[in-house]
Amino acid sequence: MTFADSQPQLQSSHDIAESWRKVVARRRMYTGLGLLVLFIGFVGSVRFADESNAGHFFDRLPHLFDFLSWLVPKDWSDVWRALFDIASPNDKGGQEFNFDLGRVYIWGDFYIPEYFELMIITFNVALVSTIIGFIFAVPLSFMAARNLTPSNPLRIAVKRFMEFLRAFPEIVIAGLFSAILSIGPIAAIIAISLHCIGALGKLFYEVIENVDMRSDEGMRSVGASWLERVRFAALPQVLPNFMSYALLRLEINVRASTIIGAVGGGGIGEELKLSISRGFGAKTLALVLLLFVTIFAVDQFSAWLRRRLVGENAFLLKH
Amino acid sequence: MTIIDARQAESIQERYPEVFQRSFFKRFAPLLMVISLFLYGIYAVWFFEIPKAISEGHWERVGIYLSQWVSYDVQAEFRLEGDTITPKYPRFSPLGNDPNPDWVKQNSDRTVTVEIRGPSRAVTFSDTEATLTAHGESVRVELSGGKPTVSGNIPPWVSVYDEDVVADMGFAGEVRVEADRVKIRKRFLGWANFIFDPQSPFFGKSIGEVMSLVTTGPQIEPGRSNLSLAIDNFLNNGEWQHGDVWVKLLQTIIMAFLGTILGAVVSFPLAFLAARNITSSRLVNQSFKRFFDFLRSVDMLIWALFFTRAFGPGPLAGSAAIFLTETGTLGKIYSEGLENIDDKPREGVQSTGANHVLVQRYGVMPQVVPVMISQTLYQWESNIRGATIIGAVGAGGIGLKLWEAMRTNKNWENVAYMVLLILLVVFIFDSISNALRSRLIGKPQH
Repeated sequence: MTFADSQPQLQSSHDIAESWRKVVARRRMYTGLGLLVLFIGFVGSVRFADESNAGHFFDRLPHLFDFLSWLVPKDWSDVWRALFDIASPNDKGGQEFNFDLGRVYIWGDFYIPEYFELMIITFNVALVSTIIGFIFAVPLSFMAARNLTPSNPLRIAVKRFMEFLRAFPEIVIAGLFSAILSIGPIAAIIAISLHCIGALGKLFYEVIENVDMRSDEGMRSVGASWLERVRFAALPQVLPNFMSYALLRLEINVRASTIIGAVGGGGIGEELKLSISRGFGAKTLALVLLLFVTIFAVDQFSAWLRRRLVGENAFLLKH
Repeated sequence: MTIIDARQAESIQERYPEVFQRSFFKRFAPLLMVISLFLYGIYAVWFFEIPKAISEGHWERVGIYLSQWVSYDVQAEFRLEGDTITPKYPRFSPLGNDPNPDWVKQNSDRTVTVEIRGPSRAVTFSDTEATLTAHGESVRVELSGGKPTVSGNIPPWVSVYDEDVVADMGFAGEVRVEADRVKIRKRFLGWANFIFDPQSPFFGKSIGEVMSLVTTGPQIEPGRSNLSLAIDNFLNNGEWQHGDVWVKLLQTIIMAFLGTILGAVVSFPLAFLAARNITSSRLVNQSFKRFFDFLRSVDMLIWALFFTRAFGPGPLAGSAAIFLTETGTLGKIYSEGLENIDDKPREGVQSTGANHVLVQRYGVMPQVVPVMISQTLYQWESNIRGATIIGAVGAGGIGLKLWEAMRTNKNWENVAYMVLLILLVVFIFDSISNALRSRLIGKPQH
């Protein structure tokens, strides 16, 4: 069979239009089929989720609004009092309005409000984990990058190792270490750091694989060792991107440390979970406000810094 | 080779002052960063009281938990009453209901030998004395005086307490001798009862036997085929709860799927409003972008806690939480994707006099849809991980089950099983979405 035989013979513009129409029809069919499968999956999932939930969607929908009305405090200034640990006139014993008990005294009468202290713990967990993740991810990523790896078996091994770290559920590590080290933020740090090594390592080696190799050639031509090649050829090119990804990871880790906190890692997540489950409106709102402002500020600050480090590229799709 | 003399060097320095005379900050920035990182490290060690936590940690538990991941133990008790020795096995033990294990030997002189690891690590006892053997040594324990006593020197693997004598036989187990009973803990590698529990008629049978029972054997339970009985026994296995674990895992996947797809559907049109090159009103752009930021900043945890309160625990709450967070994340990603498109196809479509909607349909969407689908797939995958965690705060799915199993501090083999399943699911989804992505956008992105 010759090449010409395998091609449909297009004689007239009519034929061309016809075959184009066929192509489009087929593509539409695939799109339609894809959407249909998606739709069926969606309907099935909704039913499955609704059936296996403790309360059903439409039965519980009115309670959503009950819940929202419960959230609204009787006295709005209680939110501020809860946030800054100021004694409330509504305090009649019990835990709902005992704002001033949580003060953390630093020096004389100067105190840090309880929730700020908890937020500091959560933020420090995130920051420490990001730094640990960064410190371990940098050397690992150079071993995992195709163009700079010292040896190929090592590259595959490191890559698999990082995949494993990424996929391993964080709560299991947190649970294991909170059983060993007692419940507290250190278990959260270990869990988030391990995940962070895997996640940053992957982003990093993709950056390294895209570097300009001419400077590396230069280094090799003067007989540089592997460490020198990494230090003088690759690192200057990739460092801004590394920093940018580390900042992105910091945003994610602040969230992760809040969540891990709620399942026993201490910090603000735990307090929020308790406050919601006990139904303390003012305390919950104060906590949500503080968390929201912190996460928003970290996001905006890191976006600004990333823009300065790598320009508008920081906003490119890669996540 | 060129040799540069001092004058040339000076002239080079004059020509490129920015290279040779950098500002103080630029020269010392790396050093300053390292120093501040170091100081922060010291602060963190102090802040989290790390040395205290490490020294107070129960490090012996690491070995126990990790060995529980890959092994199980059987506890047996031997009552010494007069000259009869009655063995007692716990109910529902991995040995089955009527155990007669071959590592317990009735000797001819009415003593009993229990082999913890072969004959080299064993205990032989009658009602008056017990002999512990391990590490090539034997220790005699006298039982007649109302409490166990050891004469002679005591090796390090034996601890003598007031009421009992404990022999540590390493990974293989432990023997505890009391005045009127001997307690044994023997450890086996592997996962016991993984397929059928001792309540099942298929328990303790080899694969061949089970196969022949299922295919040709007589009906065990009247009115029900052996195959359906076997499947039912497997899924409702008392200890491993395969059926329940799989349903919970499916819930987690479904939670991520529902949340992501709803988020994608809602954020897709909103992203067009938020992209500044498509909607020209700055006010609309900014307000939608801030709205996306708001959804993301409130955070999946807060949404999950709220919806667990509102809908009750379960995948519905988790889906709703992921949906809201995902609307924010995908909205941001989509609108940034839209802002990075090539304007020429749009102009081309516009020049034919097409209306606004058609311009978006034929000028914009062909460029962005593959990237959007690829990003959405990636988000689904990462939401499976997220759903595992928020499950633990009550949003249902495998996370809650995992957390409960860890809470009891006993079922670490179940934790290992669930972790393996989660890893499997994550890797499968990773490869599926990688394959789909590389078909959509031509090259592997992640």
